[in-house]
Amino acid sequence: MRGESVFPQLEQLLPLVSKPIQYVGGELGAVVKPWESATVRWVLSYPDAYEVGLPNQGVQILYEVLNEREDVLAERTYAVWPDLEKLMRERDVPQFTVDSHRAVGDFDLFGLSFSTELGYTNMLTELSLAKIPLLAADRDESHPIVVAGGHAAFNPEPIADFVDAAVLGDGEEAVLEITDIVAAWKREGSPGGRDEILLRLAKTESVYVPRFYDVDYLPDGRIQRVVPNRPGVPFRVHKRTTMDLDAWPYPKKPLVPLAETVHERFAVEIFRGCTRGCRFCQAGMITRPVRERSITTVAQMVHDGLEFSGFTEVGLLSLSSADHSEIGDICSGLADQYEGTNVSLSLPSTRVDAFNIDLAQELARNGRRTGLTFAPEGGSERIRKVINKMVTEEDLIRTVTTAYSNGWRQVKLYFMCGLPTETDEDVLQIARLAHNVIKSGRQATGSKDIRCTVSIGGFVPKPHTPFQWAPMERPEVIDARLKALKNEINSDRSLGRAIGFRYHDGEPSLIEGLLARGDRRVGAVIRKVWENGQRFDGWSEHFSYRRWVDACAEVLPGLGVDLEWFTTREREQSEVLPWDHLDSGLDKDWLWQDWQDALTEYEQDDCRWTPCFDCGVCPSMDTSIQIGPTGHKLLPITPVNTGLRVPAGA
Amino acid sequence: MGRTKNQPTGGQAPVVQRIRLRYTKRGPLRFTSHRDFARAVERAIHRAGIPIAFSQGFTPHPKISFASAAPTGVASEAEYLEIGLRERVDPADLCKALDAALSPGLDVIEAVEAVAPGSLADRITASLWRIELPGVSDEQLAAAVAAFVAQSEVLVERLTKQGRRTFDTRDAVVSIGAVSSQTSPPGVVVTAPCAILDLVVRQVTPSVRPDDVLSGLRVVADLEPSAPHSLKSARATRLAQGTLTPQGEIVDPLDADREPVAIGER
Repeated sequence: MRGESVFPQLEQLLPLVSKPIQYVGGELGAVVKPWESATVRWVLSYPDAYEVGLPNQGVQILYEVLNEREDVLAERTYAVWPDLEKLMRERDVPQFTVDSHRAVGDFDLFGLSFSTELGYTNMLTELSLAKIPLLAADRDESHPIVVAGGHAAFNPEPIADFVDAAVLGDGEEAVLEITDIVAAWKREGSPGGRDEILLRLAKTESVYVPRFYDVDYLPDGRIQRVVPNRPGVPFRVHKRTTMDLDAWPYPKKPLVPLAETVHERFAVEIFRGCTRGCRFCQAGMITRPVRERSITTVAQMVHDGLEFSGFTEVGLLSLSSADHSEIGDICSGLADQYEGTNVSLSLPSTRVDAFNIDLAQELARNGRRTGLTFAPEGGSERIRKVINKMVTEEDLIRTVTTAYSNGWRQVKLYFMCGLPTETDEDVLQIARLAHNVIKSGRQATGSKDIRCTVSIGGFVPKPHTPFQWAPMERPEVIDARLKALKNEINSDRSLGRAIGFRYHDGEPSLIEGLLARGDRRVGAVIRKVWENGQRFDGWSEHFSYRRWVDACAEVLPGLGVDLEWFTTREREQSEVLPWDHLDSGLDKDWLWQDWQDALTEYEQDDCRWTPCFDCGVCPSMDTSIQIGPTGHKLLPITPVNTGLRVPAGA
Repeated sequence: MGRTKNQPTGGQAPVVQRIRLRYTKRGPLRFTSHRDFARAVERAIHRAGIPIAFSQGFTPHPKISFASAAPTGVASEAEYLEIGLRERVDPADLCKALDAALSPGLDVIEAVEAVAPGSLADRITASLWRIELPGVSDEQLAAAVAAFVAQSEVLVERLTKQGRRTFDTRDAVVSIGAVSSQTSPPGVVVTAPCAILDLVVRQVTPSVRPDDVLSGLRVVADLEPSAPHSLKSARATRLAQGTLTPQGEIVDPLDADREPVAIGER
């Protein structure tokens, strides 16, 4: 029977696997509804381990938005670890939801959220355990409609064979619209089957259905064109933008797990979008325009979320939190409200200026001091102009010294390696910068007890950014640069001892680059590597570069391309990119101009404070920047712990 | 003025009342590890608005202490913890509020104010366990138990954090016997035809857990369930823990705190 619990079968396996609690559910905030009560049933997945997937904001928001509708039921599923996967295959236990332990294959829609491309192999595990055919073309009416979302869905071409649809942009309203369309179709008796429902979705122009588009290739391997193969299907599919975030104050009831997860806190998104214009940052490009939550909504969400969840830590999240128009009042207001309680507040700190330290000081008033991270991203002034990260060395030294003087003994500095036009010298400059940070810090504090950690990530060019045309650097070159940097940092032993160095090898980035800018031909690589046992690509202990390279070598030459063609090759202006028919609002000519500006080291301002520079998003999406100040102030509230209460929802 | 910049400001309120609680780990939530439970109970305390006291220092910790927790995967009807409060509350109200704040399956079933001397841990010297063994017949189990009882020492091996250890399981076992499945208490669901074992085990170091005794039964009598079952899929439940009397009975560790009130009311 559909919707039946498979827990009795699963329960037999749980004593045999590691951390069984992650498969049990029972989270605070979880919703369990009778199967028959719903017209439309969604299963949502963040295709990674529970400990990573559960805290995902996107899934939590959609889960709550959907379950608030009486005629809708939404449950969650996550990637199971290989130990359980093996047992599930042996004992024929299907991919299950953690809420009611229902089989994933029983639902109407299967939504997967991809923050990165590294979840693609796990999606195949989930599909196969759910007994859903891997290829969308092999599915029939009895199978769920598989829908991809999240940032990686802005180029879903590498997984076009496996998904039925993809949604670009904000999901809050999109899932409800899809729900309505599916509900209407089911009420009519599901006319025309799977083809008809997918066509109805495609006609909205905001749901991309890969099967309704043909891709033609040129003899040299480049794409010739991508065109609809069906009347009524739009040439381009547009991203969704949820305006007025005050009207969507989710999550209201954050999921609080029994199992330990990577983020043990209540996160409030204080604004969405970013106009800083860092050229490497896909998130900043595809989430425009900036839309702030007002100070009063933020405070209400913090209050309600803490009371509901029992968390003692709050994160005020966004792509650049210090840029909120009322961030000063938000921080001091919340610090006042929670003074004397054991609630700690944190702001992911990436802006390199003294203001950021003032905010952190304010939030630390409660006695709990969170770490400070600054992200200059590039080691030299030159490369920072290329990536449009407007930070001078003077700014950085002054900011970090201020942090040390105010009692922080450790700061973290974040950089990238492998940026376009980067030379060995640009990377070695990171060492000099770190040395100067320590020297100035010691001078300012008169103490040797200060440290900094240099953390380096590999640059991956992403679709819908000015760097979408850029060649990637080869992993050997990246690794050599990082080695040279490490030597340079330790060339002065006294300074080197105060500097921690963390980095990632170049190899995983290259594969991420393949998946990020790949086209439909990459789907065969994903399938091959998965068949060869690849899982959990975001985990260094599970990632196998060899396996990916072998799969590429096996599959791609027959299609006239190879791994290098997708990664280290520079694209020309005229090339049709695999995602050109997917509209993020950004004007391709503007992106190209910004790429040219990068190459000539010309910086671009932030349109929040300066005039519009015509990136194209607002006019094409009919949106506009929504920022304060509202002028509201937070009033002191009564302390949270007055009298026992019997909380609802447990 | 003498305070340096790195010291936390302000002290924490002192403990004015200590409450001892009995709680359960039932059904699927028996897979909750002790660490998981400790985190969950801390959050539940905040949600329920319980005026918990905190330790002093840089990172103040809530005043919660746990008595010997059942292993992950083992259900329990009798787990205990103690919390320190900075304001007095009615234990019955606290019991209700905390129970509502925890997931169903982690049920707070009793709360009493700590009045008698001695810590909870001092009052816990033994546990009564019930183990369901799917795939094992009553005769099989009876034979294994007889073989076990006949020995004065039954050595087993277990992988611990310190590596592989060998230790005796026989001496810690106060009583061991098969029971009929008709007598299963509330909260224990019998899902498949299987033999049932009751065990009273003393608290010793290194601890002897229910699965160690099963290993002992395998050592002495080759006890092995029929496929697809295994000893690993046996379901153990702690029915009681407390002070072991010379008669072999277990006294509820909350009795000592309950007594003065009970006498007054009689």
